[in-house]
Amino acid sequence: MRHRFLKENTIENAFKAICFLSILLPLVLIVVLIGDAVIDGWSRLSLDFLTGFPSRKPELAGFLPALVGSFYLMLLTSAIAIPLGLGAAIYLEEYAKPGFLTSLIEINISNLAGVPSIIYGLLGLELFVRMSHMGRSLLAGACTLALLLLPMVIMVSRESLRVVPNSLREAGFALGADQWQTIWKIILPMSIPGALTGIILSVARAIGETAPLITIGALTYVAFLPDSIHSAFTAMPIQIFNWISRPQTAFQTNAAAGIVVLLFLMLFFNALAIWLRARLQRKVYW
Amino acid sequence: MKMKWKNVFGGIILTVLIVSGCSKKGGDFKYVKIDGSSTVFPISEAVAEEFRKKDANIRVTVGIAGTGGGFKKFCAGETDISDASRPIKPSEVELCQKNNIGYIELPVAYDGLTIVINPKNTWAKHITVQELKKLWQPAAQDKIKTWNQVRAGWPNRPIHLYGPGVDSGTYDYFTEAIVGKEHASRGDFTASEDDNVLVQGVSTDEEALGFFGLAYYEENKNKLKPLPVDDENNANGRGPVAASMETVMDGTYQPLSRPIFIYVNQKALNRPEVSQYVQYYLENAAVLSREVGYIPLSKKAYALAQKRVEKRITGSLFEGHGSQVGVQIDVVLEKSLQ
Repeated sequence: MRHRFLKENTIENAFKAICFLSILLPLVLIVVLIGDAVIDGWSRLSLDFLTGFPSRKPELAGFLPALVGSFYLMLLTSAIAIPLGLGAAIYLEEYAKPGFLTSLIEINISNLAGVPSIIYGLLGLELFVRMSHMGRSLLAGACTLALLLLPMVIMVSRESLRVVPNSLREAGFALGADQWQTIWKIILPMSIPGALTGIILSVARAIGETAPLITIGALTYVAFLPDSIHSAFTAMPIQIFNWISRPQTAFQTNAAAGIVVLLFLMLFFNALAIWLRARLQRKVYW
Repeated sequence: MKMKWKNVFGGIILTVLIVSGCSKKGGDFKYVKIDGSSTVFPISEAVAEEFRKKDANIRVTVGIAGTGGGFKKFCAGETDISDASRPIKPSEVELCQKNNIGYIELPVAYDGLTIVINPKNTWAKHITVQELKKLWQPAAQDKIKTWNQVRAGWPNRPIHLYGPGVDSGTYDYFTEAIVGKEHASRGDFTASEDDNVLVQGVSTDEEALGFFGLAYYEENKNKLKPLPVDDENNANGRGPVAASMETVMDGTYQPLSRPIFIYVNQKALNRPEVSQYVQYYLENAAVLSREVGYIPLSKKAYALAQKRVEKRITGSLFEGHGSQVGVQIDVVLEKSLQ
């Protein structure tokens, strides 16, 4: 008896250790990653770097057009992808009758989430840049990234709609609310915090995308800030990629500094997601 | 609660409306759109940077879609200038013709493809073009695997090959110059679109042999050893010649010196901003190309290129055959003007 107990205890301890290692490993990795980039890029991390335009001289080359480009891109992408994605999720979860067509759509959305991002770039090039005559603009870039995000946004939104207990829907109907009122006043407020977290995380991931943007023709040397959604633009990952592939070692420092800025922005958005969730969730009373 | 998340969306939508609403399309600015080879990018960027100091109302944008990707956009009329690290190919000539796009081809600098090995490699002192061909041709795949198979006398050690990605103009030129057929080589080599990865690879691998642009060697001289190349043609330098600014410029580093180009849309050239930029490009390419790691053409070549622009001579110096090896740019330019 005692022997068996001991054995189980050892197994549990081993399991615990493995679990601990699996949290430690990513943590160490991210610390090394950020630390390495900060050490390499520290000498270039200055206001000049953040407010400068690209240059052939590494010590003068700045990040501003890329930074602003990525920022606009993210706003526009969110404005397109979030309403569309939420709408699709609400339809699929609340309105659509289960059946062959619905499951077909569901399977396809999950499949779309796994399509490589460059394919979305090619689609964006034909659909937005050429057919819709948007040109190689911020708007075309945002539409392409929104397409890339949509499957993920739909999936996380559906997930969060699904966790709202059915009893609450029934309670709504029992009190005489129609479906619109139930969705708008009960289900959405309860599921939004969860959905938003997932959505912000996927948007944060999208700002790191390079391939689809290069495909639709985002530029590398842009010495002005976008002044409209039709403007040409560049984005952070493109600028970083360009610096990394330059022969002069000083550009590697610029790339590292760029990576730090990009990482910082991503961490900021992750923090924002957590904060929003915490803040919105507090207001929900069961 | 309800208000809160409405506010979040409201905020986002409002910001976007402000961003898009506050803006006027175009304004007083004039645009010169450039896309194409990432090899030529540093020169076009440098010229654009200096040009901006002259006239900030002309906005020059440069992309890095690659030589092929650049021509696709150029021949669709989407760009004014295309950066190219090789001459236009017949299929691209056709595409341009179909869309009625006339172009003026202008060489802007040379690049020298450098054969590099690890500094700890003590056996290889130079290599001939024939040996390079034996090593890189498609038939070498899975057959030529050791150094002594390339030249008797070299040790029986494995040979590891490094080269640019097969989509690059650099790869196209190398295969044309060495194998004799563009885009044909063995497939079992480490390929990367990022030449710094190749530098990294060769500098940490004693049995490595790789090739890339001269600038990448010049910046990493302490980590790499250049392998002089002998084309067994005494007309352009006797014996093996090492890649350097001088040997590329005087034409003795053959066959791995190549001109790089810009292609200008003939109609766009009628716009003053484009013609000013092109003129500025040719006037300053000598200084700026050297600054970013390339080798300038001769003064005469730039002057001849300028003439080409003035006379609006369209078409390719290479008659759309793609890369041609060992061309003296001055000679070809002069011939085209007669």
